Amino acid sequence: MTTTIGSRVSEMAGRVGDSPTRPDGIEKLRGEFVYAQDLHADRMLWGATVRSPHPHARVVSIDISPALAIGGVHAVLTADDVPGRATFGLEQPDQPVLAGGEVRYWGEPVAVVAAEDHDTARRAAAAIVVEYEVLDPLVDPEEADRLDEVFRRMTIRRGDPDAAGSVVVEGYYEVGMQDQAPLGTEAGLAVPDGHGGVDLYATSQFVHVDQEQVVASLGLDSGQVRSHPAGVGGAFGAREDVNLHIHLCLLALHTGRPVKMVYHRSESFTGHVHRHPARLWYRHHADDEGRLVRVEARVLIDGGAYASTTAAVLANACYFAVGPYRCDSVAVDGAGTRTNNPPCGAMRGFGAVQVCFAHEAQMDRLAAALDMDPIDLRRRNALVGGDSMPTTGQTIETPLPTIEVIDSLLAMPMPGPDIPDDHHHLPGGSGLTTEAGDVVRGVGYALGIKNLGFSEGFDDFAQARVRLTAEGAIVETAAIEVGQGLVTVLAQIARSALGVSQAHVRHVDTSQIDSAGSTSASRQTQVSGGATLEAATRLRDAVLARYGGDRLDDEGVWKGANLVAPMDEVAAAGLSETATFRHPPTTPPDENGQGGVHADFAVAGHRAVVDVDPELGLVRVVRLDTAQDVGKALNPESVRGQIEGGIMQGVGLAIMEELILDNGVIRNPNFTDYLLPTILDAPDVEALLIEQDGSWGPFGAKGVGEPPTISSTAAVAAAIRVATGRPITRVPVRPQDIVGV
Amino acid sequence: MEFHHPTTLDEALDALDVGAVPLAGGTDLMVEVNFGHARPDHVVGLRRVEELRSWDGSTIGAGVTWRRIEDLGPKALAEAARTVGSPQIRNAGTLGGNVATASPAGDGLPFLAAVDAMIDLRSSSGARSVPWSDFFVGVKRTAIEPGELIVSVTLPDELPERQAFGKVGVRNAMVIATVCCVVTRSDDGTTRVALGSVAPTTVRARAAEQMISEVGTPTESDLAEFARLVSEEVSPITDHRSTAGYRRHASGVLARRLLERCLT
Amino acid sequence: MMITFRLNDADVSARVSAPTSLLDVLRDDLGAFGTKSVCEQGECGSCSVVLDGEVVCSCLVMAADAEGSDITTVEGISADGLHPVQAAMHAAGAVQCGFCTPGIVVTAAALFDTNPHPSKDEIKEALAGNICRCTGYGAIVRAFEDLASG
Repeated sequence: MTTTIGSRVSEMAGRVGDSPTRPDGIEKLRGEFVYAQDLHADRMLWGATVRSPHPHARVVSIDISPALAIGGVHAVLTADDVPGRATFGLEQPDQPVLAGGEVRYWGEPVAVVAAEDHDTARRAAAAIVVEYEVLDPLVDPEEADRLDEVFRRMTIRRGDPDAAGSVVVEGYYEVGMQDQAPLGTEAGLAVPDGHGGVDLYATSQFVHVDQEQVVASLGLDSGQVRSHPAGVGGAFGAREDVNLHIHLCLLALHTGRPVKMVYHRSESFTGHVHRHPARLWYRHHADDEGRLVRVEARVLIDGGAYASTTAAVLANACYFAVGPYRCDSVAVDGAGTRTNNPPCGAMRGFGAVQVCFAHEAQMDRLAAALDMDPIDLRRRNALVGGDSMPTTGQTIETPLPTIEVIDSLLAMPMPGPDIPDDHHHLPGGSGLTTEAGDVVRGVGYALGIKNLGFSEGFDDFAQARVRLTAEGAIVETAAIEVGQGLVTVLAQIARSALGVSQAHVRHVDTSQIDSAGSTSASRQTQVSGGATLEAATRLRDAVLARYGGDRLDDEGVWKGANLVAPMDEVAAAGLSETATFRHPPTTPPDENGQGGVHADFAVAGHRAVVDVDPELGLVRVVRLDTAQDVGKALNPESVRGQIEGGIMQGVGLAIMEELILDNGVIRNPNFTDYLLPTILDAPDVEALLIEQDGSWGPFGAKGVGEPPTISSTAAVAAAIRVATGRPITRVPVRPQDIVGV
Repeated sequence: MEFHHPTTLDEALDALDVGAVPLAGGTDLMVEVNFGHARPDHVVGLRRVEELRSWDGSTIGAGVTWRRIEDLGPKALAEAARTVGSPQIRNAGTLGGNVATASPAGDGLPFLAAVDAMIDLRSSSGARSVPWSDFFVGVKRTAIEPGELIVSVTLPDELPERQAFGKVGVRNAMVIATVCCVVTRSDDGTTRVALGSVAPTTVRARAAEQMISEVGTPTESDLAEFARLVSEEVSPITDHRSTAGYRRHASGVLARRLLERCLT
Repeated sequence: MMITFRLNDADVSARVSAPTSLLDVLRDDLGAFGTKSVCEQGECGSCSVVLDGEVVCSCLVMAADAEGSDITTVEGISADGLHPVQAAMHAAGAVQCGFCTPGIVVTAAALFDTNPHPSKDEIKEALAGNICRCTGYGAIVRAFEDLASG
């Protein structure tokens, strides 16, 4: 069963399957929603950070006296002032809170200050004199690989190593460094509690894991640090790692005053991890009928200076290196290198984006070598529910509607063949570079697959509590809303499960509830949603049992036609249920990368229509349509919003977004030169949601956040190849790549 | 800090004389301030000086915003205006600011080069007008002297009938030009070609101009030769936005297309 | 120095000692947090305000230059309940993280004030200076197409 989204948002029932308006929408529209950037406390100080201007250097000395001499400066802290664990990190605690003897990337924090106001804090930071002995930076990931400077190596071996096909195609591909670039920069407020502890309100995707790292570095007991969900202006992976969290708490405890920090934009580019740039070598073997016989791949991603989540991103890249296709002979070797480039980590798609660009290019090359239609080739090899993952051998237990995705894409209407004659609709836009006669149109397809939830045996769970009050149902959670609409869908789940019309989400801190896990890996709807459904269902059962009823609604508990307990009475009882939901367990891979490594999968396909001016190498993405495997769309309008937003990020990676590195230094850490797509760059999008029962998510829902970014880039690249005949082996594609100069 | 709010040109010039930094739309200076590269503590705001916002035939006040030029400017200058930044930038940014900043990528500057505009300067001790080619001397450097203010840009009374503007960028809005170009052609065949972002200052492709001005009805091979000459006369660099090779190539392509537009 | 201007139909004053931007004064001194600081260089429109009748980036206005001016922020647009552009965005699901939202509200309100029935191209041209990272712009365009057809 498939659903095409209508254009109207329902304000009526607000249950699962509806598209109620979001509960924080009005506040955000009126500018009243409180983000971490907007927080304020009495007697608040402002913090600022001193950062390394070198990608690699020994720190010879730090002279903080010029900063202390400035009036209004309350604290200047360096590595020696970190009382607990000197390092932090999501996978390994390898990153210094403040650099000690050595700085390993451009922008690495060396010292932090707190002062009376923002301006004084920045001036104080600028006044600190750091003497560096500049060292040569290691910036070439292939050299790092040769030197064995790696965070992780992956080996995947499945099937007959000697299998060979009659048709073989090889290719080398590159993916540049994309940035999440959420509009809200890193921001937070830390408030000392007067008893040696601290409350932290900061931009985040996972408050419990922030809290753990703050506790460790401050040398406190867990009960002394509370991390509170704060208003976040976008994340896309940039908020998973700690950045200002420990600094703020250090300054707050040192000064005894609340301390606030907001990174400015160029600082933000150094203040969070980026998408791993990748180099990929592939060899695809097929038989004469186009069945994949063997895929060999080498995947090299550059993790930069510190580990962050490189090990998991590498694993993901390797696991999805073949794509949503059956293949019984696979060999993938991967490395996540350590260099003096800026640290890389989570960004929406998490390794699958990079390999998808490569495997889809390979499939098109194979189709050309076989003289076969590229869609037929994909259909012939499509991975479906019940099949084994080509890389890990894991049986896919939930539906995987790959064939339906392909069929849906093909069935979508194409735009008319005429190239419009007005600059609004031509490459170059108001730059007036191009006329209709200069344009060639190309259509390209790509498929992608992504895991949902955390993998490789990670204990992935979320806790939620549901209360029944006079204001309706309240869902308490530490799950972070970053804009994706979790606050809307959790309330919908509560309404559906309880049968009441009033429900809203209350964000609580780490001391009030157990972890909800990370807002990432497309997991929150499934895992926090699962916890909410379980808690709400148990609560309903408990209420009915308590009053001997068989139905609950806004009026209260009914038994048959009798109201046995009015809602006032039920609410006054203060009932609640807490549930911890775990997805089906996964296992770590064996030494060949084999095992039940993933919790769930989603497949998506994209079709891009692009108009190219081949003489100038300019591209306009006219349409980018998609069909996506969503399990059950709990809020179709929100799903559409995630799809359109993800597609735009995919287009960005395809044609304009790249952090340019020069010997470890970012040359374009600003919005003038790191180009985010504008409204004039947005293609028209039609999104078809493919719903099939069988996933373990609430009501059969699958996560939807990442699939839109996975094959959208590859589809744009494919369309440009069709239009121009150029091989397009790297993204982002630059005009010179299309022109060939 | 000290901030002057003059309403007349004389008041503004007096403020300059005591060391105030001029501020018009703020679209260049405030970026410097926000990034910590400039911290002027003595500023003269020019927004309220009526004389600077006047537009008298061919003399455009330095304080005229891109928004007005979009609607009222000569064709190629209006087309350039529509590509400056964003609607918000165009509401604030001024022609005089674009001239004073003198970025090689300034969107309005190739037009001034193509028509040989005059830059009108005033100081408390006098006035002078400087031809564009003498005014823009290097990257972000002009012939302006201390105490001088750009008050207007004067275009020739007769502008070429055919004008075309083009700007190459990777995004459809808010983009710094990789290459930008203005081509003008008069009825007698006189052709002017000016480019931006391909040299430290705006470039007039004079060999290309000369060659094509003598051809009444250019053929395909004339146009190809014209494009080749243009791409030889630019000296672009490779930077984080583009490569020298691409800029050189795009210069020829763009100039040719703009000329073809003028010829139809 | 003290500066005085009209903010959302009220007289306000602030002390500025540096070439601070209007955006910083709105947020840090006047408690008007609705206007957002995102890029500090006029490349995203999140700080859009109406200054003397024109939509501009407040990060590029020197606060001292706003002396005597008339400024409207998102708070002023919302003063009499929901403005039609806000209602349209809410109904269309055009708000996700919301960080770009106030800037879009200010810009769109100015568009609809002068042009009650803009075409899709006119809507996009007016919003070309407002970056959104979450929505991909689809719902934003639908919101204003709906409003334009009403």
